This record gives sequence, C-alpha cells and structure tokens, in this order.
Amino acid sequence: MELLANLAWAALGTLRDIAPIAVILLGFQILVLRRRPDRLLRLCGGFAYVLVGLTLFLVGLEEALFPIGETMALQLTSSLVIGESTGAPDWRDYGWVYAFAAAIGFATTVAEPALIAVSLKAEEISGGSLSAFGLRIAVAVGVSVGVALGTFRIVTGTPLPYYIIAGYIVVIFQTARTVKSIVPLAYDSGGVTTSTVTVPVVTALGLGLASTIPGRSPLIDGFGLIAFASLFPIMSVMGYAMLNDRLKSGKQ
Amino acid sequence: MAKAGGVANGRLRLAGIRSLLKIYFGSFRDLVPIVAVIAFFQIVVLQEPFPNLERILIGMVFVVVGLSLFVQGLEIGLFPLGESMAQAFARKGNLAALLGFAFCLGFGTTVAEPALIAVSAKAAEIAGTAGAIADDPETHGTYALQLRLTVALAVGGALVLGVFRILKGWPIHYLIIGGYVLVVILTFFAPAEIVGIAYDSGGVTTSTMTVPLVTALGIGLAGAIRGRSPLLDGFGLIAFASLTPIIFVLVFGMVV
Repeated sequence: MELLANLAWAALGTLRDIAPIAVILLGFQILVLRRRPDRLLRLCGGFAYVLVGLTLFLVGLEEALFPIGETMALQLTSSLVIGESTGAPDWRDYGWVYAFAAAIGFATTVAEPALIAVSLKAEEISGGSLSAFGLRIAVAVGVSVGVALGTFRIVTGTPLPYYIIAGYIVVIFQTARTVKSIVPLAYDSGGVTTSTVTVPVVTALGLGLASTIPGRSPLIDGFGLIAFASLFPIMSVMGYAMLNDRLKSGKQ
Repeated sequence: MAKAGGVANGRLRLAGIRSLLKIYFGSFRDLVPIVAVIAFFQIVVLQEPFPNLERILIGMVFVVVGLSLFVQGLEIGLFPLGESMAQAFARKGNLAALLGFAFCLGFGTTVAEPALIAVSAKAAEIAGTAGAIADDPETHGTYALQLRLTVALAVGGALVLGVFRILKGWPIHYLIIGGYVLVVILTFFAPAEIVGIAYDSGGVTTSTMTVPLVTALGIGLAGAIRGRSPLLDGFGLIAFASLTPIIFVLVFGMVV
C-alpha cells in the first residue's frame, strides 16, 4: 500500500515537472507553428513512456538506494569510522570518504538518464565514431575525480574558487589542443551529469562532511561538490577524445 | 501472400523483442555499479547488514523497468518532437518566434525545478545568517524567490544565446571561455557566501526532462540550416545553460 502511495506521489511530481514543458511545446505548436506534428499519437505514446519510466525510476531509487546511500554518506563522515580525533582535522584520516566519493560519483553518473540521452544522440550523430558507452564512462570518470577532490577540499577547508579557476585554465588549454568536433559535446557533458541520481547523494555527502568536520559550516562549506561534478567531466571527455584520436591514428 | 506477410511480421516482432531485451539488459548493466558500491561500503567498510532486503530488490526492479521505458520514450517521443519542432521553426524562418520559444523553454523548465527550489531556500538561510539580508522567514522567502527567478532568467537567456550561436555558426569555445573569464572576475567582487551556491547553480538547473529536449532542438536546428554540422553546432545549448546561472547568481549576490 505504501509503495502504491509513493508511486502516486512520484507520478504527480513527474507530471508537475512535465507540465510547464508540455504547455510551452503545445502553445508554440498551436499558436506559432500551426501545424500538427507527424505521427502525433506515437509522440504522445513516447511522452507517456517517459513519464511512466521516470516515475518508476525515481520510486525505485527512493525505495532501494537513496536511503542507504544517504545514511552511508553521513555515517562514513562521522567519527565512528574516522576515529575520535580532536583538534584540527587531518586530511589523511578521511581515506574512506574520498574512496566513497569517487566510487559513488562514478556509479551514479553511469545510471544518469539525462547522460544516457545525450550519449545516445552523440553516437548517432557522429556516425558511430564516438561510442555512447565510452562517452558515459569518460564522463563518469570525470565526476568521480571531481567529487573526490571536492570532498578533499571540504576536509582541508581550502577556498573553492582556487580549484574552479584552476579547472577553467586546464579546460582552456585542452580546448586549444583537442579534436575540434568534441568541444561542444564536452562542454555540454558538464551540465548533463548532475541530475536526478547524482545530486541527492552528492549533496548528502557534502552536507554530512561539512557538519561533522570541526571548523566547517554545512551552510557555507557544504556547497561546491556539484560544481566539481560539473567541471571535471569537461576535462575527462576532451581527454577521452584525444586518446581516442591517438589510438585511431596509431592503427592506420 | 498472407503467409509470407505473417513470416515477415514474425521476424519484425522477433527483432523488436531482441532490441527490447537489449534495452533492458543495458538498464540493468547501468545499475550494477551503484549496487556494487553501496553493497561494498555497507558490508565491508561499515560492517552493517542491509535493512529490508526485499524492499531493495523490488525497488531495483522498478529502477530497471523505469530506465528502460525512459530510453524507449526518448526515441519515440522526446527526440523526434524536439527535432521536428526545430525543423518547423527553421522552415518558418521567424527568428523572433524561435528565440521566444528558446527563452520560454529555458525559463519555464527551470523556474519550477525541485533541485533549484531546494538550493535557493538554503541560499536564503545562508544570506540570513551572514547578515546580508534580514534574518526572518518573510525576507528569506522573497530572497529565495528572487534567486530562483534570476536563475530561470539566466537559463532562458542561455538558450536564446545558444540558439543564436547555432544560427550564426559561431564557434562555441570563444563564448564559453569568455564566460569563464567573466566568472573569475566576478568571483573577486561577489560576497564569499554566495560563491559556492553560484558555482553549484550551474549544475542543478538542467533536469532529466529538459536535457533530451534541448539537445534534440539544437541538433534539429543545426541539421535544418545549410552549412551547420550537427556535431559541431548542434551541441552546446546545455553548456550555456550551465554557465549563465553562475554569472547571474554572482551578480545577484553583489546587487542584493
């Protein structure tokens, strides 16, 4: 019964998310384009699939993974694992936290529906020279490194702008050197990765860390992990393209 | 004749079932890492049992089925619709209507985004404790709403700029790198409490529904305009939508 209620709630939530999109699409279709799209029924069916699919996906995550993932993020950061340390935190005591950050960043990104969508499209458009799966792994590696570094920053309490600005500089250098056709896709992948699956778990991790480490405030230091998770995939996707290119030219 | 038709139909159905199985297998594979990570940390590191294993298994079935339906829905619904609308706009040749559509899509999908609502409420709390605004619920509410509108405006503006770029065929990196430089300069002048929220706001705005639609729109436009390559010009809309909120929120922090 409880499951059914959860399903109904999630369906309502997804409907509410879709409502503004549907209104805008319909409005422009009727008022501006004034043309019925081809195969209207099929399109509506597709929307229904997306609606039902996202609902089931979210309810399943809520049931199965989010509660454990979030408690885990909090538990790992508590003194139980780290040991009773007094005074200033030593960044070396937090090995499991970095490991968890890297692992969960990778794992949630692989399951991110928005990233699946973009990588499918990229494979189709590149005529198969970019593999959807390879692209997703590249993005996931980027998020993994980003989130791990982000937790390190929270532990050490170093200023966020230093990391982000350094990241921008690396991106600018890579942009100059990498394969031209990958650049727009790489820039996109930063925004795509942080959606339904990654944001809740990563946010819980940041808040948990910032509230348990002495001298950190969850309000101020808890932010910034999402920024890491959206910056690093840009680098890893460009790196992946460079590697891919080198391997291909090596074969010929 | 009827028999041959039946055989062909059967073959078609078999191919359909095979591709369906492939989708379900893919969804299952995508989920393996999360399960492995959580199981490893729960059993090996934290050394605690799984609470309610039955519930977890049911949830997993939901996730696999849901993800598979979503992927099918993309191919038959969101992608074709985004692309056909882009082509219809290109055929109509009405620039104002196209840019208006881009703005509405960005603004409309962002303003009610749950992740953004949560972040802006948190931001109001921070501004309250930091003393930037009065520390009472009413001021917090106004601040959070203003912040949400700021981000939604930023995303709307981003899609307008991004669509305009596709039409003109400008290379994306000058615009994005220019944006980075602006972010760096603004960081020095913005109040320190807002910087973390501003950097995060870029990532939280693009939801699972918006991304496929916006991607299809960009690729459809690039495909409909002569001389544009879908790979070089079609992608990039999401990139703008994750950059402009950072700039707008930093400015917001300086003004309020």
